[in-house]
Amino acid sequence: MSDRLESREKVTGAARYAYEHPLENPAYAAAVQSTVAKGEILEVHADAALRIPGVLTVLSCENAPHLHEVANGELAVFQSRTVAYRGQFVAAVIAETLDIAREAARHVRVDYVSEPFDVLLSADDPRLYKPDKVNPAFPADTEQGDPEGAFAGSAVRVDATYTTPAEHNNPMEPHTTAAQWNDDGTLTLYDSTQGASLVQDTIAQVFGLDRTHVRVIARHVGGGFGSKGTPRPNVVLAAMAAGAVGRPVKFAVPRQQMFATTGYRTPTIQRFRLGADADGTLNSIIHEVFEQSSTVTEFAEQTATPTRVMYRAGNRRTAHRLVRLDVPTPSWMRAPGETPGMFAQESAMDELAVAAGVDPVELRIRNDTDREPDSGLPFSSRNLVACLREGADRFGWEHRDPAPGVRREGRKLVGTGVAASTYPAYLRPNKATARAEEDGTFTVRIAAADIGTGARTALTLIAAEALKADADRVTVEIGDSALPQASVAGGSAGTASWGTAVVRACESLLGKMNGSVPPGGLEASADTAEEIRARDAYARHAFGAQFCEVEVDADTGEVRVRRMLGVFAAGRIINAKTARSQFIGGMTMGIGMALMEESAMDPEFGDYVNRDLAQYHVPACADVRDIDAAWVEESDPHLNPMGAKGIGEIGIVGAAAAVANAVHHATGVRVRDLPITPARLLPLL
Amino acid sequence: MDSEATPVHAEIALVVNGTEHRLRVDTRASLLDTLREDLGLTGSKKGCDHGQCGACTVLLDGRRANACLALAVAHDGAEVVTVEGLARDGRLSPLQEAFIEHDGFQCGYCTPGQLCSATAVLDEADRGWPSAVTEDLTADPVLDDDEIRERMSGNLCRCGAYTGIVKAVREAARETETDGARA
Amino acid sequence: MRPFVYERATSADEALRLHEDGARYLGGGTNLVDLMRLGVEEPARLVDVSRLPNGEIELRPDGSLLIGAAVTNSDLAADRTVRESHPMLAQAVLAGASGQIRNLATVGGNLLQRTRCSYFQDADKPCNKRVPGTGCPAREGEHHNLAILGHSEACVATHPSDMAVALAALDATVHVRGRGGERTVPLRDLHRLPGDDPRRDTVLDSGDLITAVEVPPLDIPSRYRKVRERASFAFALVSIAAALDVEGGTVRDVRIALGGVAHRPWRALRAEEALRGAPAIGEEFQRAAEAELAAAEPLRDNAYKVPLARNLIVRTLTELGERS
Repeated sequence: MSDRLESREKVTGAARYAYEHPLENPAYAAAVQSTVAKGEILEVHADAALRIPGVLTVLSCENAPHLHEVANGELAVFQSRTVAYRGQFVAAVIAETLDIAREAARHVRVDYVSEPFDVLLSADDPRLYKPDKVNPAFPADTEQGDPEGAFAGSAVRVDATYTTPAEHNNPMEPHTTAAQWNDDGTLTLYDSTQGASLVQDTIAQVFGLDRTHVRVIARHVGGGFGSKGTPRPNVVLAAMAAGAVGRPVKFAVPRQQMFATTGYRTPTIQRFRLGADADGTLNSIIHEVFEQSSTVTEFAEQTATPTRVMYRAGNRRTAHRLVRLDVPTPSWMRAPGETPGMFAQESAMDELAVAAGVDPVELRIRNDTDREPDSGLPFSSRNLVACLREGADRFGWEHRDPAPGVRREGRKLVGTGVAASTYPAYLRPNKATARAEEDGTFTVRIAAADIGTGARTALTLIAAEALKADADRVTVEIGDSALPQASVAGGSAGTASWGTAVVRACESLLGKMNGSVPPGGLEASADTAEEIRARDAYARHAFGAQFCEVEVDADTGEVRVRRMLGVFAAGRIINAKTARSQFIGGMTMGIGMALMEESAMDPEFGDYVNRDLAQYHVPACADVRDIDAAWVEESDPHLNPMGAKGIGEIGIVGAAAAVANAVHHATGVRVRDLPITPARLLPLL
Repeated sequence: MDSEATPVHAEIALVVNGTEHRLRVDTRASLLDTLREDLGLTGSKKGCDHGQCGACTVLLDGRRANACLALAVAHDGAEVVTVEGLARDGRLSPLQEAFIEHDGFQCGYCTPGQLCSATAVLDEADRGWPSAVTEDLTADPVLDDDEIRERMSGNLCRCGAYTGIVKAVREAARETETDGARA
Repeated sequence: MRPFVYERATSADEALRLHEDGARYLGGGTNLVDLMRLGVEEPARLVDVSRLPNGEIELRPDGSLLIGAAVTNSDLAADRTVRESHPMLAQAVLAGASGQIRNLATVGGNLLQRTRCSYFQDADKPCNKRVPGTGCPAREGEHHNLAILGHSEACVATHPSDMAVALAALDATVHVRGRGGERTVPLRDLHRLPGDDPRRDTVLDSGDLITAVEVPPLDIPSRYRKVRERASFAFALVSIAAALDVEGGTVRDVRIALGGVAHRPWRALRAEEALRGAPAIGEEFQRAAEAELAAAEPLRDNAYKVPLARNLIVRTLTELGERS
């Protein structure tokens, strides 16, 4: 159990984030956002802004340099006159100071031809279509047996529609890039990113450069939760601006502008049907999902994919339908797919437990499976049942009275709920090097990212173990694309994927060393692409169970989580201290999802209107009381050399359902539309 | 238009972490941008620039304040302590130590604000200041977990490190009490 | 943010002299700087009044308080006298914002903070309060936390202050220095209903400076209760400041003010009137609350505020009755 290696830097303010690296004579950018939701730019009037002392230039579609097209249309900054959503960047002012840039941006006038637009998701939109695949490469639909027939013939049925709103990642550090073109034509980017190598590759393509001519540095990143997993317009804008003024340019997206330009979780509408025997044994599972993307880029959230993993039933169907609206482009937000999908599934399971009169923990155990239902593959390990039992024991579930709405403490209604969690254990190809010095120290290099996950610390522990050396003799360098190419800190795949490359490099080094280090040191490298291709076919997933107790104020509809416990089965836990924080952090975001997070789309203007942290509520310290995470021992030889599954996302999966199920137990009211605010709950009490 | 948009400047002095600085600032400049851009003290963070997240919290004339909402020009002559000034002679403060011990942070971006805020919370409790959850306003409040949570709620942490933060503040509060008893 | 000239006043007279068209007084800046950065407020000149010699809280012999306008919210809430004599006021202040904001925010500025309506805060959108005649998109748009009482076609904004709600219940008086000299304004009359001129939040004229708030004594049980969407650091959905005096089971005196429901702190005079002399029982509290809220005209998405306000009145009075 180790402290974070960068602890001291972080508590003394010495840790530098993207905006904070000393640069020679930097200029500052401020962006102008479109004020129409759909249309064409007629003219950009920059004169007034350019007359302001200290303004260096104004960039827009009228003067921007040509960029190369890449798959993500969001990166075609100022390349066209077409406006795809309100809030899209349409111009930028670069000035001597941030105050000047931001003021001048208000003086840039853009004339548009505005067109009718549509920004509201609906399940009966005729333009809904079946995407070719859902994120990242799953089939949109799956089907086995006769789901409709089996559902119709089931003794106990649940048929309910759940909705989750658009939610914004809102990492505390805004999306930030400081860009500098060097004398040799190379580009250096200090970027707040979850993947330096990906930004390097993408930006090299955008600017038509060799990838070795772009260097991306991200030593410390102030959270991302998926929103910094792929480069966003801010990176291109900063690089373009730095080129235009011949000076380094710093650009941090203001919080308000993040709500349009840095991604969010799509709203979902989900119809969930469960058909079961009288004892709760499932016969049919049908999960139909409706969600949105923008006209810029197709992002199809994989909302129904956890339904393909969780419970046994001979008859089953999942389906995703997408509509392209004139909205900002949705993207990854902590456990995309699993998070909204498991809210629906685990709410439906709770409804089934009530309908069948079966304890909700027992219902899940009864429908457990040793093979992944959709694929038929064996699980590399699956300890959902152990998590449920361990959690029930620790939480004190045993004597729970299932009757809803009967526990009163003064004017408070009290109830408990449970939900399951799951998240895939991905493994991605990576490269790493390991180097030994004569003095007995080691340096391991990989372009991984530590966005707060504790990756730097975990990789150091992994390397030390592989090198059979004390951790204080091992230095792990990450956060720089000049290091061996690494995958993104996303999909909870970081530690497993980077760690595999680190272990292989260390093993190779030990082999080369054969007990001694020659003068000048010794280095070895690894590339895990082939190893990963050659893996046996297993269904690899982490599982968990979350238990929650809420109190609901009967007069106001305020819901407070009194206590919450998550028990997870996620392979071997590398560093208990940071792992706990990861689980609890996910659960905390789950409390936010359950009770307060909602981005409100305005149909008249076409933007998310509650675009700041006073209006978009994330949990505050007072919202998180007694919350804890634990894990069951899990040994899984089919994963990676560490035996580790990812832990960054599973904490949020199922958390909102656990809260909503507890609210039902407390009040007898089933809230199927998140978040459970007084506005939604009070009228039903 | 041109004159309207021409920056206005003012001369100010600030004592930051014990060092006096004389500066010429744009009247619009926040204390936060002045610290970060003019003085190179980038420990104080900009999360929202509107007083809604607390990442910029510093001690301003001894009290915690959102540096993003404070105009530098309006605080001419002020004494400011930032996260860079919490450690003494390279020795971390008890709160800094406790944040490490209890993993009171993940990404670290809110941490400087949390630490400055927590430093002030201990002081405010010492002075008997109540909070929204103080039942008896006439009594001296005791920093239990509910009090700590309420008092720390002006500092958002999206990573969800609140449990560690509360433990850290609780521990530092106890240490302070013990020290006080000894003294 | 538009460039501005900064002046610091050392006396009220100087502040008035320095104030001119297009100027704003600067207190703690917690709302004004925020709105300037959004381009909602564009003063050409700031007159800093945070260091005027009115940063004291005075307890007068009759038990009333005179609170200087430059007193910070923190100092007001921490003041031992205030905590003992007017606990509802301390509670209201502590329910607002965060510890670090309360250290900056002043009493005068708190009263003059602007609505948190999303449309008002977005300079790229129409808003009658910001630009008269442009319309009120909140009526049909995002308004789940806007007004249910006293709103107009032109504006459905709410006043966001907690402190002002308590002061409304306490029959406070605001001391104002203006071009015509000193005057006092009952706090209940300070904030306006929007009518067809929502641009104006208060009855103050340009250049008027709030110098102090006078709060009469209160010797009956009181409390402030705030409902919000997270446990702390959020604006009220609905809040209540209430005081109740019961003698022999009968209501002798009662004060009720609601926050989060209207363009100004809403003093529930109708409910108070219904309760004076009535039995201090739940049914009467309920009847009085309903009498007050009969005038409510909820919008599409904020009808929940009607039962919420009703329940808060009944619950708070019931709790106070038990203490009385």
